[in-house]
Amino acid sequence: MTTGIALAAGLVAYYVLSFLMVRPPEVPAPGAALRASLTLQTVASLGFGPHPDWVSYLARNPRGVWEHSTVLTVPSHSLVAVTIYQFDTATGLRNPYWGGPRGIVGEMAVDGKPTPTLDPDLASHTFAIPDLGLSVPLEGVPDDAKNQCSVAPCSLAQAHTTVKFVFRTGKPGTFRWQCFVPCAAGFVLGFGGPMQSLGYMDGYLHVV
Amino acid sequence: MSAMRTPQGRHARRIGAIWLVETAVAVPLIVLVLGPHLPPGRMSSEAGAQVDANVVLTALLGPIALLVCTSFVYSLVVFRSRGATGDGPPIFGHGPSQTAWLVATSTVVLTLAAWGSYTLVVSSDGAGGGQGPNPILLPKGSKQALQVQVIGQQWNWTYRFPSYGGLETAHLDLPAGAAVELHVTSLDVVHSFWAYQLGVKADAVPGADNVVFVHPRKLGTFSIRCAELCGLWHGHMYQTGDVVTPKAFATWIAQQARAEQGNERYLPPYEKVYYPQPLRRAG
Amino acid sequence: MTATALPAASRRRLGGWIGFNLLTAIALGIGGFFLGAYIGGVLAAGKDYLVGTDQNDIGVFMGFLFATVGWLAGLGFFNYPVRRLAGRPASLPLEESTGVSRFFRLSTDHKVVGIQYFFGVGAFFLVGGLNAMLIRTELLTPNERFVPAGQYLSLVGLHGTMMIMMTSAFILGPFGNYLVPLMIGSRRMAFPRVESLTFWLTPLAGLVLLSAIAWNGFPTGWTGYAPLADEARAGMDAYIWSFMLIGLSITLNGLNLLTTILTMRAPGLTWGRLPIFVWGALSTSVLMVLAAPVLIATLLMELTDRSANTSFYLASGGGSPYLYENLFWFFGHPEVYILALPGFGIVLEILPVFARKPLWGYRLAVAGMLGVTFLSFFVWQHHLFVSGINSTLRPFYMLTTELISIPTGFIFLNAIGTLWQGRIRFTVPMLFALAFFFNFLIGGLSGIFLSDVPSDVTTHGSFFVIAHFHYTIMGGLVFAFFAATYYWLPKMTGIALNERLARIQFWTAFVFFNLTFFPLFAAGFLDMPRRVSTYAPSLQTLNDFVSASAFALGGSMLLFLGNLIWSLAFARVPAAENPWRSRGLEWQLPTPVPVHNFDRIPVITGSPYDYGVEGAAPVATFDAAAAAATA
Repeated sequence: MTTGIALAAGLVAYYVLSFLMVRPPEVPAPGAALRASLTLQTVASLGFGPHPDWVSYLARNPRGVWEHSTVLTVPSHSLVAVTIYQFDTATGLRNPYWGGPRGIVGEMAVDGKPTPTLDPDLASHTFAIPDLGLSVPLEGVPDDAKNQCSVAPCSLAQAHTTVKFVFRTGKPGTFRWQCFVPCAAGFVLGFGGPMQSLGYMDGYLHVV
Repeated sequence: MSAMRTPQGRHARRIGAIWLVETAVAVPLIVLVLGPHLPPGRMSSEAGAQVDANVVLTALLGPIALLVCTSFVYSLVVFRSRGATGDGPPIFGHGPSQTAWLVATSTVVLTLAAWGSYTLVVSSDGAGGGQGPNPILLPKGSKQALQVQVIGQQWNWTYRFPSYGGLETAHLDLPAGAAVELHVTSLDVVHSFWAYQLGVKADAVPGADNVVFVHPRKLGTFSIRCAELCGLWHGHMYQTGDVVTPKAFATWIAQQARAEQGNERYLPPYEKVYYPQPLRRAG
Repeated sequence: MTATALPAASRRRLGGWIGFNLLTAIALGIGGFFLGAYIGGVLAAGKDYLVGTDQNDIGVFMGFLFATVGWLAGLGFFNYPVRRLAGRPASLPLEESTGVSRFFRLSTDHKVVGIQYFFGVGAFFLVGGLNAMLIRTELLTPNERFVPAGQYLSLVGLHGTMMIMMTSAFILGPFGNYLVPLMIGSRRMAFPRVESLTFWLTPLAGLVLLSAIAWNGFPTGWTGYAPLADEARAGMDAYIWSFMLIGLSITLNGLNLLTTILTMRAPGLTWGRLPIFVWGALSTSVLMVLAAPVLIATLLMELTDRSANTSFYLASGGGSPYLYENLFWFFGHPEVYILALPGFGIVLEILPVFARKPLWGYRLAVAGMLGVTFLSFFVWQHHLFVSGINSTLRPFYMLTTELISIPTGFIFLNAIGTLWQGRIRFTVPMLFALAFFFNFLIGGLSGIFLSDVPSDVTTHGSFFVIAHFHYTIMGGLVFAFFAATYYWLPKMTGIALNERLARIQFWTAFVFFNLTFFPLFAAGFLDMPRRVSTYAPSLQTLNDFVSASAFALGGSMLLFLGNLIWSLAFARVPAAENPWRSRGLEWQLPTPVPVHNFDRIPVITGSPYDYGVEGAAPVATFDAAAAAATA
């Protein structure tokens, strides 16, 4: 009898926890209020974990270590400088409208060059926070590039593009962010799997 | 001898009297106190038609609920057994009340259906609901309506203005006083475009053009939501739009056109529906 | 056998773990899954257009297919056909076993199947309820705080699908199988092995659905709309397979009930003497037989869209998402009457007993049920009022939808007439039956808002819809289930339930049910869409109030569970043979009911509702000679 009750309670607890606990670790942006910086990279296939084939973002934590996480923390009422190392090849946007960067301060720079808009077919991913009006397309590396990265975290010696931009945060809150390129290989419409999973192509931005 | 003089008639008359009092209190309360708060407000004529529908339905269904509840409660109080163990009188039915009930419910139902069809077809020209690709409920001024395409995708809305060169924006401004013809479509899965205060709801279905007419009347901000489950960020597919003066609208759209100059050449030509690549297993 | 002898018998029986039973079924089911998944992997290997990264739907479906075969083999469903094919005489073990173990095996006794349904479906109902508690926990805050967005959608989908699947059999499973043969004077159902199959498919479907957790669930809710379903991970396959199994179970259950009621009534049981619950079961089984196969076909096409590269529902491949919506709701709307009609039967069965009067307007009640059955096939496009398809037909669907309230209204008139001048006793079953009418009234009238197109444009897809169908399904069906449980379970188990706990449970359930769901009408009116984990901060107070009530409602359900366990396992007070002084045929039998129900098939000599009729004939005579004399 006692065993049965304990077993039932254990099953219920396991069931409940299975819904609560699947959340990636949070990565804070280094720097103080008014000026912070985020460093991210995108990879074509993660290479480890439960879904090694999935496309994913990674974030660099203040100690300079790449973490597999998409939950980012930035200060409120500040400028956030974002650097994204883009190791994936291009897929192309479903809606070409997102080829223009929006909601940023100044212009985005691709490999150091100021770029007012991107050919939507060259986009590999976007970094978009719709509630802040922010959407930035990320140019993919050419399909025939040499030395392509296959396993995360990728090193800067491998083929990549570097996208830099700055955005302004407002009042505190939690905002979702996502990618608008149908880049989930192997899923119908390219929008399943990593495109609908936190920790891969979706995340939260905590403004504190 | 009239049935009204029997004890049953007395009970029935009491229930009727109680119900009349309740109705006399409830209906004015519903119409005057609750009515102005019923959704979705009067920002557009379509929304106003929905408020009217909601007020009429509440004012009509309230008394029906009261009648049924009063009959139940009266019976439960008056005919409770009080400890008696015997059986009640063997009444198997009562033809006249059955007929009366049938006539009454049928009248209410047919009236509701006729009135609902009238408001949908004649007085509100579609009432803000999606009409599909070939709308037949055309409101006045629909020939000169401002056309706006609403594009749903996972997980955001964008808008295209074919009369402004297919300009696409991420925010929706509408001019007050004009007729607006919304063409709702989707690039991937089924969404539903719900502009709450405007009283607009239309499914965004891939490969389909869903037309809605709306006449914004009052200036202000309206919320835009997705009302059909569309995946991970369904609950976040939330925006606001604005009803502005025609002059402010002209300014806004000119400003948008300037801002979009760089990107506009990459947009596909304006179509009623889009079949973007990649379609099947991408990657 | 007396009720108190059960534990001793069960102790003797517990030695027999090996054999065709639930344990073997689970083992073969799990083994079958991995075998099937392996075969599917081999079949699809190297075919890139079929298999994406990380996901091989062919393997998953093959796994579920083999798991189903293994499960059924483990329970012994293939023993009979295999023996017959091998030319050997069929050995049909008669139901002599009385131990607890008989509930874990294939049983051809309709009373065992009824009890299996009661506990089997009840267990999954609790899982669905747990999901509801987690959903309300997340909705305590306007942002994702406790449950991340993806997990929230899994919860919503698992809650909705589990509840729809399990409540489809919530009344006809336990009470339909147990009571219909007793009420019509039969010793069994028409197809006893099929009856057992309909039950054993149900827990399998529940387990397959829960296996979706292994792939983080599925994002589509219980409606499974394509093309969102095509994008989803393999959890979607679990949804498709489990819902197909339930569709099969519903179809077979309907066929079985239909045949039983049409062909196996005792002599003298004319259509005018048929208990009203049996009429409810009959009209429901018509819906089951006609609607559920559509679900199987619909999901089969979704299955091939996901695994075999077809495009039935993909616009870009020449298919249409509208096709799925139409097919799904062609099943889906009759389905909600599959849920509601047995409840009508239950409450109308209970009301005369505690009003001590005949059922008022018997023919009207029958006409009401048959009318609902007929009309329910002509209303499905009211789910698609704003979808843009067939918009010119909206007045037609508005009319048919509102017409359905006429036959539904009959049921209310029956209730009012039956209570009129009665000697009303407020027993626990009666309280639940009366609450049914209040809840269903609110649910039905709120449905008028959804059937009126201008009003539906406001309320469609909002929390208003959630409030509406919880009032009809939870406030209607589940309250009818509790009425039936407190009324018949003592007869079924031979053990009385604790009345004090039962009364507390009724009042908490009734009060907190209304406090939970009535405010949700307001949430829908105030711009809160369904299935969202975030909402406007201004609605937080409302949502917190709803969540608090929902937790209390969950507590009320636990109270019922506690009463059940306490009464059945510990207190074990023997139940009286006919504590309610009912005229129903099932109450004229000893408690517990003997294995073969009737030593002789009874001859029906009267209506079950002749309360207060002077010199009324007994409902049946069990003595053939006397029956011949009366006739």
